[in-house]
Order: sequence, then structure tokens, then C-alpha cells
Amino acid sequence: MSDAPLTSKPPSRLARWLDSDFFYAFKRSPVAVVSASVVLLLILSAVFAPLIAPTNPFDPASLNLMNGFSAPMKPNAFTGDTFLLGTDDQGRDVFSTILFGMRISLFVGVSAVLFAMVLGILLGLIAGYAGGWTETIIMRVADIQLTFPSILVAMLIFGVAKGVTPVEYRDQMAIWVLILAIGLSDWVQFARVVRGATLVEKRKDYVQAARLIGRGPGAIMLRHILPNVLSPVLVIATISLALAIIAEATLSFLGVGAPPTQPSLGTLIRIGQGFLFSGEWWILFFPAMTLLALALSVNLLGDWLRDALNPKLR
Amino acid sequence: MLSFVVKRVAQSVLVLLIVGLVAFSMFRFVGDPVDNMLGQERTIEDVERLRTQLGLDQPFPVQYYKFLEGAVQGNFGVSYRQGRPVAEIILERAPATLELAAVSGIFAILLGIALGVFTAIRRNGVTANLIMSISLIGVSLPTFLIGILLIYLFSVELGWLPSFGRGEVVKIGGWSTGLLTETGLKALVLPSITLGLYQMTLIMRLVRSEMLEVLRQDYIRFARARGLRDRTVHFRHALKNTMVPVITVIGLQLGSIIAFAIITETVFQWPGVGLLFINAIQFVDIPVMAAYLMLISVMFVGINLIVDLLYFAIDPRLRGGGQEATG
Repeated sequence: MSDAPLTSKPPSRLARWLDSDFFYAFKRSPVAVVSASVVLLLILSAVFAPLIAPTNPFDPASLNLMNGFSAPMKPNAFTGDTFLLGTDDQGRDVFSTILFGMRISLFVGVSAVLFAMVLGILLGLIAGYAGGWTETIIMRVADIQLTFPSILVAMLIFGVAKGVTPVEYRDQMAIWVLILAIGLSDWVQFARVVRGATLVEKRKDYVQAARLIGRGPGAIMLRHILPNVLSPVLVIATISLALAIIAEATLSFLGVGAPPTQPSLGTLIRIGQGFLFSGEWWILFFPAMTLLALALSVNLLGDWLRDALNPKLR
Repeated sequence: MLSFVVKRVAQSVLVLLIVGLVAFSMFRFVGDPVDNMLGQERTIEDVERLRTQLGLDQPFPVQYYKFLEGAVQGNFGVSYRQGRPVAEIILERAPATLELAAVSGIFAILLGIALGVFTAIRRNGVTANLIMSISLIGVSLPTFLIGILLIYLFSVELGWLPSFGRGEVVKIGGWSTGLLTETGLKALVLPSITLGLYQMTLIMRLVRSEMLEVLRQDYIRFARARGLRDRTVHFRHALKNTMVPVITVIGLQLGSIIAFAIITETVFQWPGVGLLFINAIQFVDIPVMAAYLMLISVMFVGINLIVDLLYFAIDPRLRGGGQEATG
């Protein structure tokens, strides 16, 4: 076995991907590399928050009220404990609350986009493939919804859903209601793009061939057309993620989102705003900066992706 | 021409009817308003009395008809939370929101167009590039963070401007205005900037790209060749021809200003309709939510309609039927 193999193995998927035009373009763009690293770092620290965070901010036993209002990097006057980013009024470590808050922000953002994506793709495929009345109804609803800013639609859905859930479940359900509200406010973009692409694809020969061999409309839509309309969907999904994160933060900031028992970055900023006038700037500043870094880097990544996947700009 | 107008108006009415149905369904099916209003301690008689008082004991079609009849007359029932007619509460708070929206709209339009023209003319200048970079950051910042940032800078650190409320207001008839007192005007500054900043950058970027497009065209070169002054060329010839898309965007953004006023009003505790709406959501005050939804739909649909018709009036190519337009 010391001889070199005569036939070279086909390169692995990873190797092929690392060799692709797409990855080459990625390596050559500093903006893409930096923003992707920031996004990756933030996602990883959110996922591993329980391991990284020095304290568990939601465990009342670990909190010491004496630690309240510690400034960043300065030992507390009473206990002598030092906190990297300071503590809030109840002695919760700001760094830990940010890590856990980012978890909720990202979870809501990603779930909402996935929900919007699945809904939008399905309705877009059906509208484009079926045509006729089905198409008219779906696209009219989309048009009407597009007349209103999505944050307003999300607020309304949140309010209605909150009204439907019984009072004692409201706090527990708030996260799911938030996902539903943001997701439902954002499906239109996906549906429009997928419908447009489906209209083009369904006239192509391979779709006719699939129909000839007797595949049903469901199989044609999902197995044949869907894979060919996915690349614009990817771009919209990334940009939607940035918008969803901001939408979640805005709703939570306004007090119609994540409850104080499960604070997201927006809730933390809402809490921090209360201490703006008393000089404890760090309770507000660090969550705000984290939100900004997250939204900005996802946004920049989306912009880059749009250009990279656009064949006209190659 | 006439068929276009009729079609657009019919479309708008249809949209409003659908929104009305949504608003009514909210009324009818969301939660139990009696539950929301009475709280824990109550008797069965209390519940029954309130049910009759709110008309919740009547059959569905009757309630629906009553709702439509009321909505057309501007009667949206009684707020579950405040126990007062919704229309009265909204009318009382409308001046605050409208003044805020108007001031920030004017700010956005004037500064947006001015900066747009400036950055287009001095395309490679240092100041113009700086403005463009700052605007990019401005677009990515969520509105509420901009508001907090401004409060921190101008209220907490510098202490120049108030951070919440409307200041002193003067009553003129049924309209309360903050435009006539010093504290009222001061209180308007930060919220208007917060609310108008996004629209301002949007208008600026649009004017800039349109201007760059127009400045390349032959008639601008001819105008220069005729020896016209720069100012005449830029404003009389170039800017005028960028106005069609700019007016569309301004029109469509007017609606957004009213909608985003919700966020600004919450940050600055501005006693307007947006803050009312947010509080209504927090307390599931359905009549207020439904009324706000109807009100804002009428506004959005109306603005869309006007913009479409204005488009028609401004752009001569769209007038006189489709055949000429393609020629």
C-alpha cells in the first residue's frame, strides 16, 4: 500500500466546495469574511451560552443583590466581585444576560425566517404552478399585506395572538407568538420571488418530461421545480434574518415581545433604557452594541451574497 | 384614463372592505373582552350587564352590521381599558402624531433633497463621501436605537433638549399644538429627527442616484453649452426631472412615517396615537386596535391611490392611453 493509488479518488464534497467559484469570491471579499466571522462568533457564543457565561442570570440562587450596579471591570464596592461588562440593578452579570438574550433573539429570528420561508415557498410554488384563481387570490393577499409595513403587521398579529392565548400562558407563549407574528409578516417576499421563478421554470422541458412520465403536481413542484428556484430564496432569507432580528428587538423594546422572564436583546435594551439617566450606561450600551453588530454583519453578509449569487454581476 | 381611475378606486375600496372584515373578526373572536375588563373579582350580573352594554350578546351578522355602520360614522365602540369612546381618545391624541409626522416629513424631504443634490454634484468630494458612509450606518441602525442615542447625547450629556413628552401645548379649538410654545418646539426636535432620519437617507440616496443619471444626459450638456449657470442647470433642468420617482417614494413613505411613529412615540413617551396603539396591544384593548387598524388602512390605501393618480398627472408619457406610452 506504499504506492500512490493509480486512480485518484473523487474529491470530497468539502474539497469541491472549497474549490468552487463561490468560495473563491468569498475569500477575496474582506467585508464578507469579516461579517461572516462576526456572525459565526455571535451564533457560537449564543449556542454555547450556558458554557461560556460566568453566571446563570435566570437562576435566582446565584444572584446577589449586593452586586447590583457594578461598573464594568471595576470591583464591586460591597462584595469586591468584578464583572467584565458590569451588572444590572438586580446584580445580574450583563455579559451573561447578553449571551442568553442573544440566544432568544437568534432563536426567534431564525425560526421566524424559516417559518416565513416555508410558507412563502409553498404559496409561491402553488401560485406559480397552479395559476388561475389560486394564483390571483394568493398574490392579491400578498399585495394587500405589502401595502402595510411588516413591523405593523407583526404588531397586529402579536396583539391578536396575545388576545387568543389565555392570560396564564401569555408569558410562556410570547416567544412562539413572536415567531408567528414576524414569520407571517415576512412571507410575501419569498412567495413573490418563488412564484416568479416558478413561472419561468414550469415552461421548461424537464418539467414537461416529468409531467409526461406521470408525476403528480406535488412531486413536480417539490422535487423538480423547488431545487431550481432556491438560490434567490437564500439571498432573501439572509436579508430577512437581519430584518427579523431587528423586528424582534423592536417589538421586545416596545414591550410587545419577549417577556422580562425570557429577555431578548430588545428586552434588555428596554430595561437598560430605564438606567440611562442615572448613569449606569453599561446596562444599555452593551446589549445595544451586540444587537448592532449582529444586525449589521448579517445585513452585510446578505448584501454580499446577493451580489455573489447574481450571475449578471460576475 | 377614466377606466384606470375607476379601476384603482374600486381596488382601494375592496382592500378597505377586507381590512374591515379583519378588524371585525378581531372584535368578535379575539379573547373575551368581558374577561379583560372586569378582572378577578366580579359577579355574574356584572358580566351579563357588560355583555349587553357592549352588544356582545347579539348574533354575529347583527354585530357585523353594527360594526360597519359604526366604523363608517367614525364610531369604533368603547375602549375596554379606558371605558371611553375610542373615537374620542383617538381624536384627542391625533394632533400630537400628525404634528410629529408633519415636522419629520418636512425635515426628511428638505434635507433629503438638499443632501441628495449636494452628494450628486460633488460626487467625489470628501464631505459627500462622508455623508454617504454615515447614511449607510443610519440605515442599518434600528429606529429605537437612534432615539436612545439622541436622548443620551442631547438630553443626558448635553442637557439641551427634553427627552420625553410634548412640552407645553396650546389649545386651538379641538387641536392641541406644541408648535407655538418654546418647550413644545424643543420637545419636537429629537422625536422628529428620530422619525425622519430613515426617510431622509432614503430620499437622499434616491435623489443622488437619479441626479447622477440625469446629469449624464445630453440636454444637460446642451444647457451647459448654452452658457447657463451651474445653479440653473442643477436645479431647473436636472432636479426637476428627478422628481417623478422621488414623489412616489415620498408618498409611500408618508404612510411609513405614521406607522413608525409608534416606535418613536414609545421611545420619547410622545402622547400620540402610536403610543395609544402600543398600550392597546399590551392590554389587548381590541376596540382601540381595530380602530387604529382601520384608520391606518384608510390612510395607507388613500396615499397609495393618490400617488398612483399623481404619477399619472406628472408623467406625460403615462397619459393618453397605453399605445402612445410605449412609442
